[in-house]
Amino acid sequence: MTHPFLALTEDDRAEMLRTIGVSSVEELFRDIPADVRLRRELELEPALSEQELSAHLAELAARNVDSTRELSFLGAGIYDHYVPAVVDAVLQRGEFLTAYTPYQPEMSQGVLQAIFEYQTAICELTGMDVSNASGYDGTTVAADACYIAKHATGRTKVVVTEATNPQVRQVVKTYAPGFGLEIVEVPQRGGTTDPDELREAAEGAAAVIFQQPNVFGCLEPAPDLAAAAGDAGALPVAHVDPLSLGVLEAPGRYGCAIALGEGQAAGNFPAFGGPHYGFLAARRDFIRRMPGRIVGETVDAAGERGYVLTLQTREQHIRREKATSNITTNQTLLALGGLVYLAWLGPQGLRELGETCLSLAAYAKQQLRERAGLEPLFPDETTFKEFAVRVGRNARQVVAAARELGVHPGYALGRDYEGMDDVLLVALTEKRTPQEIDRLAEVLAEVTA
Amino acid sequence: MRLIFEKSKAGRRASAIPRHEGLPAPEVPAELRRAEPPRLPEVPEFELIRHFTELSTRNFGIDNGFYPLGSCTMKYNPRVNERLVAMPGFANLHPLQEEQGAQGALELEWRLQQILAEVTGLDAVSLQPAAGSQGELTGLMLVRAYFESRGESAARRKVVIPDTAHGTNPASVTMAGYEMTPVKTDPRGNIDVDDLREKVDGQTAALMLTNPSTLGLFDEKITEISEIFHGAGALMYYDGANLNAVCGVSRPGDMGFDIVHINLHKTFSQPHGGGGPGGGPIAVRDILEPFLPVPVVVENGDGTFAFDFDRPHSIGKVRGYSGPFGVFVRSYAYIRMYGPRLREMSEAAVLNANYILARLKGTYDVPFDRLCMHEFVLSARTLKRDHGATALDVAKRLMDYGFHPPTIYFPLIVPEALMVEPTETETKETLDAFCDAMLAIAREAADDPALLKDAPHSRPVRRLDEVRAAKHPIVKFEFDEHPDVTGERRPVAAEAPKGV
Amino acid sequence: MAAAESYPDDVHYHREHDWARVEGDVAVLGITWFAQDALGELVHFEPPEPGSTVTKDTSYGEVESVKAVSDVVAPLSGEVLEVNQAVVDAPETVNDDPYGGGWLIRVRLSDPSELDSLLDLEAYKQVLAEQ
Repeated sequence: MTHPFLALTEDDRAEMLRTIGVSSVEELFRDIPADVRLRRELELEPALSEQELSAHLAELAARNVDSTRELSFLGAGIYDHYVPAVVDAVLQRGEFLTAYTPYQPEMSQGVLQAIFEYQTAICELTGMDVSNASGYDGTTVAADACYIAKHATGRTKVVVTEATNPQVRQVVKTYAPGFGLEIVEVPQRGGTTDPDELREAAEGAAAVIFQQPNVFGCLEPAPDLAAAAGDAGALPVAHVDPLSLGVLEAPGRYGCAIALGEGQAAGNFPAFGGPHYGFLAARRDFIRRMPGRIVGETVDAAGERGYVLTLQTREQHIRREKATSNITTNQTLLALGGLVYLAWLGPQGLRELGETCLSLAAYAKQQLRERAGLEPLFPDETTFKEFAVRVGRNARQVVAAARELGVHPGYALGRDYEGMDDVLLVALTEKRTPQEIDRLAEVLAEVTA
Repeated sequence: MRLIFEKSKAGRRASAIPRHEGLPAPEVPAELRRAEPPRLPEVPEFELIRHFTELSTRNFGIDNGFYPLGSCTMKYNPRVNERLVAMPGFANLHPLQEEQGAQGALELEWRLQQILAEVTGLDAVSLQPAAGSQGELTGLMLVRAYFESRGESAARRKVVIPDTAHGTNPASVTMAGYEMTPVKTDPRGNIDVDDLREKVDGQTAALMLTNPSTLGLFDEKITEISEIFHGAGALMYYDGANLNAVCGVSRPGDMGFDIVHINLHKTFSQPHGGGGPGGGPIAVRDILEPFLPVPVVVENGDGTFAFDFDRPHSIGKVRGYSGPFGVFVRSYAYIRMYGPRLREMSEAAVLNANYILARLKGTYDVPFDRLCMHEFVLSARTLKRDHGATALDVAKRLMDYGFHPPTIYFPLIVPEALMVEPTETETKETLDAFCDAMLAIAREAADDPALLKDAPHSRPVRRLDEVRAAKHPIVKFEFDEHPDVTGERRPVAAEAPKGV
Repeated sequence: MAAAESYPDDVHYHREHDWARVEGDVAVLGITWFAQDALGELVHFEPPEPGSTVTKDTSYGEVESVKAVSDVVAPLSGEVLEVNQAVVDAPETVNDDPYGGGWLIRVRLSDPSELDSLLDLEAYKQVLAEQ
């Protein structure tokens, strides 16, 4: 039976072999030495039809408890924000979905212009002058920033706040030895970072990376942290939540050199961790140090406006061992989803979304206090859409017990932070309602009693 | 075509955020509050859809036509995969969900790990790297960790790379803190083994090689190469970009390679999406298993699956969570639709490539007179010498025939290179149409060279000025200060009425 | 507009396709016609700082076209006295006039005996024949 993804008939094959001048398909592999030929079939299960495949995958999916089957307050870097139908509609266009990287610009004006619009949107959000076309995710763009800072300053130390997401910190530490960098952490104090402590640690550093809002959902004194980094001659790098930037100031306006983060909240489904997109934007003077693709505007032979990949001499296919990064395949389709989402949201929508998250989180703090007697870990700190709360017993057990009642109450921080085994990180997005928050409070009251 | 920012008008919007009564007011301290809103587009939903629909018509994907980009494996992306990843059990699953609430996802990852080990002929797999080049970097980190564990990493500073290598290889070498040692290619397109012997010693950490190479040729000396490296105590890294040629035919583990990265967006049908996403999982020999990124998916023996974080020798983490899960779903689904028939996939890819090569070799220069694998390289050197037509001109003229051009000017060792990879998902009629176009263009180069020099004539734009874009980078819309096409600063005019 | 192919005889050549014109203990440095032709139209020149040191046979900066980037190699060692701002502002000057207006930097030589190891016109033409 001809496979649905193959097209050659017996006649086709015979004619082609004749043209090539061999007598069998096997002869085409004659240059492969006999001792490396596989002499048996691959030990894989037999081919499934599309119908059988769908049944198998549906069975696997049914054994995942996703946010449509459980009321979930999980966050900690990946969020259940609403993804509007326009995103799906655009990403399913075959001309975008099945296109390659736009190295031939005359074939790819759709993707190139979309990336140019994405770059513009990211610069608007972050207050920066140049954005790339995306990095892999919110963790690897932090590593990219370290590489930029090392080459821009010649220094070999990078400071990261402890209040930055643990996945980000772990990835930065994995990349550091190859970059020849030492990573130093500045501890969190009462839920935020102390600018004086940061300034001291940043002496001789190439960059300082801090997160806003931080992993605990708390608002860092970001302008002071950026100033402290600058005082020490280190590049201030802000790792930001894109959906906070309607209510929180843009990093470019308070002295940061680089702004970056995880784009997922803006237009991508959680999808068990990926694929998503990392965004990275910087001040103009770093344009030649940027990793990844950048789209620029130009004209064609008839004087019409068009778009091309530009400054490609930074990239691996030209500069090779001196490239600003080895990145080739990035996350364009997911960044396109981000662009569509941000265009759907608009500036009003972004502000309203941020205010809604703030209000729902404040309401949740109130309800957890009043109905379940649970106090925030950092009661004096302003938070955005997440906050840490003490639950009085092992948080992982609280999660298990709450899930039995159909509610996933949040992330148990004890896995990543010492002394926080009884702390839950609770996330509120605009998809949560006051009734759902009441239910959370009710369930937590029961399981922490 | 205007930018979406140029279609924006204050007061319009596509979103509606639910409101609730009686919630506490939102509070942000004054010194942290946003002063000026970002200038995101203000458009109604239908304008949004029209804009992106029009943009898509200015783009060309595999769904539109033949896309023979060498080393990219532009094969058909099965549509069922898009339906599968959209199932809420996958799309709405949080990566930090408790393991007993993610058993379907964990089982899928575990099965994909097993499959990739079998296809590559190796022992253990990490799905974490987000792309081929990240797989390369991860592989080099494993090399370093391995030699550190043996007290040899101070000595072993060099990685050998052939002069035909893709640019990611040397870039990855630098990012991993190694030095590159290039090795030459011989007249048959194999690694020059004599040159190699002189360059491999106790200071060598590894070889990075793709086989078949970027020339589309299988290295006939692979067994000897493997003996040279292993004999010197070094490791062999396989760049899996060209795996589409050899699935079920020859496995990199059997060729002697110790680490392999696989490009899920090439061999295993993850759609390229205009530049990504991809997936670059790595498979390794058991001596390297302890160093794999964390977590790895394991089977508990009772039919349940878990993440193993307890890996004291791991290099750490190269990407968030367990990797690009949506890419795993598509690749797993694709492989399940083939099973052992993956071999037929490779056979068809190799047959298609050899057929085009046979039809074109009388007209274009062929640098290596051998059967090819899934791709081959032509040169337009004679066309340039006799008629001034370059590989670039041929590529631009192919667009007028309705084809995406092949890869040009790569690999670097072939002048005026055109690298053609048809893949297996093409009919003979399409292959013939492409060959007919290439032959016609060669004739045009002699008879009417302006057709090539001024090409393309039939795309939404004419040939674009890349020099201008590099000299005067304009990398975002500047709103009221956006320069017009002449470089002066003035507002961009509204769209000219149609029919003008 | 790119210049016609030429190799003057009043300069010393380096095999990495760089030239030096010496006047006493000062030298003007640049890249040859072959180098600018291989790169194509230049879009960027990354110069060293005035006052910094350049060392014979090592890179002192970079020139870029759309499709390629190349180190510029110092034929001689010395202290950078001046960078050609005209080339920084309009890199294509190098294509139009590689030995005149397209000069890159001026240096005070630290070791004039290094001149002995440079190539004269005939020797450089040999190098070109091998390309």
